[in-house]
Amino acid sequence: MSDTSDQLDALLSRIPYARYLGMRAELAGDEMTAILPFAPHLIGNPTLPAIHGGVLGAFMEMTALAQISIMQGLTRQPRPIDISLEYLRSARPLTTYARAEIRKIGRRIANVHVEAWQETRANPITLLRGHFLLSPKED
Amino acid sequence: MTNTIDFPTPSERGRFDWSPHAQALGFEFVSSQKAWATLKLPFREDLVGDPDSGVIAGGAVTALLDHVCGHAVMMAIDFMTPIATLDLRIDYMRAAEPGLGVFAEAHCYKVTRSIAFVRASAWDKDKNDPVATAQAAFIINSDSGRRGSGHPPEAASGQGAST
Repeated sequence: MSDTSDQLDALLSRIPYARYLGMRAELAGDEMTAILPFAPHLIGNPTLPAIHGGVLGAFMEMTALAQISIMQGLTRQPRPIDISLEYLRSARPLTTYARAEIRKIGRRIANVHVEAWQETRANPITLLRGHFLLSPKED
Repeated sequence: MTNTIDFPTPSERGRFDWSPHAQALGFEFVSSQKAWATLKLPFREDLVGDPDSGVIAGGAVTALLDHVCGHAVMMAIDFMTPIATLDLRIDYMRAAEPGLGVFAEAHCYKVTRSIAFVRASAWDKDKNDPVATAQAAFIINSDSGRRGSGHPPEAASGQGAST
């Protein structure tokens, strides 16, 4: 799977916004875990403190995009059509993890669910459901 | 909750240094009035999502919409209280123009004792040709974020937002 792993590294390192957030990912077989180490610029509310909800949305959206890309070997990024975020718990200043599950993938549309958690996977902090438009391999 | 926002003092409205991420993304205040807020995310190379197109990342627009919705809620409730995003739904109509910043306007159209409902849209050149629209619900006076913070409830209710 090292080809896929290299492809994943290449994908994330090419996205300026992924670098800005400090996001990376690890592959175990075909299972990808996205990792967002805590950094001070990710804080939305300094009093608690808590990571900004928009950061989590962005992180999970890119987790979904990366999961589709490694499965499909797409040369162009899929594009989000709609996403729905559910905030369950406060995102504390800790490393956040996310995994995406592709529920349905067709010729043009992928339906993806993403879960993000911090210390305990069984206690997710945020959920994402989204549809993504797939780009054809050839332009 | 994930996105608890403390109520800024009047002098803090329109400023973003109380939220490190809003400051890091470079959000600019455009305007606000009762229950309404408009913000701008200026274009920056390091916020690009697709290097092939040079378009600003959908995720950065997500962060902008989340923030402007919270801002509109704070403009709608006239008492100092923390709020937190419960859910946020975003529809992406089209990619923003490469190299352009994005504006977002939110309207908090209903507030109940516990929940605030908000609609928002984001655009680059023409407000009538949005790049994305959003619908959100916020919980008002959330205390879930106080867990482990060590702050007494008064300290979490807004006065210390920028401390």
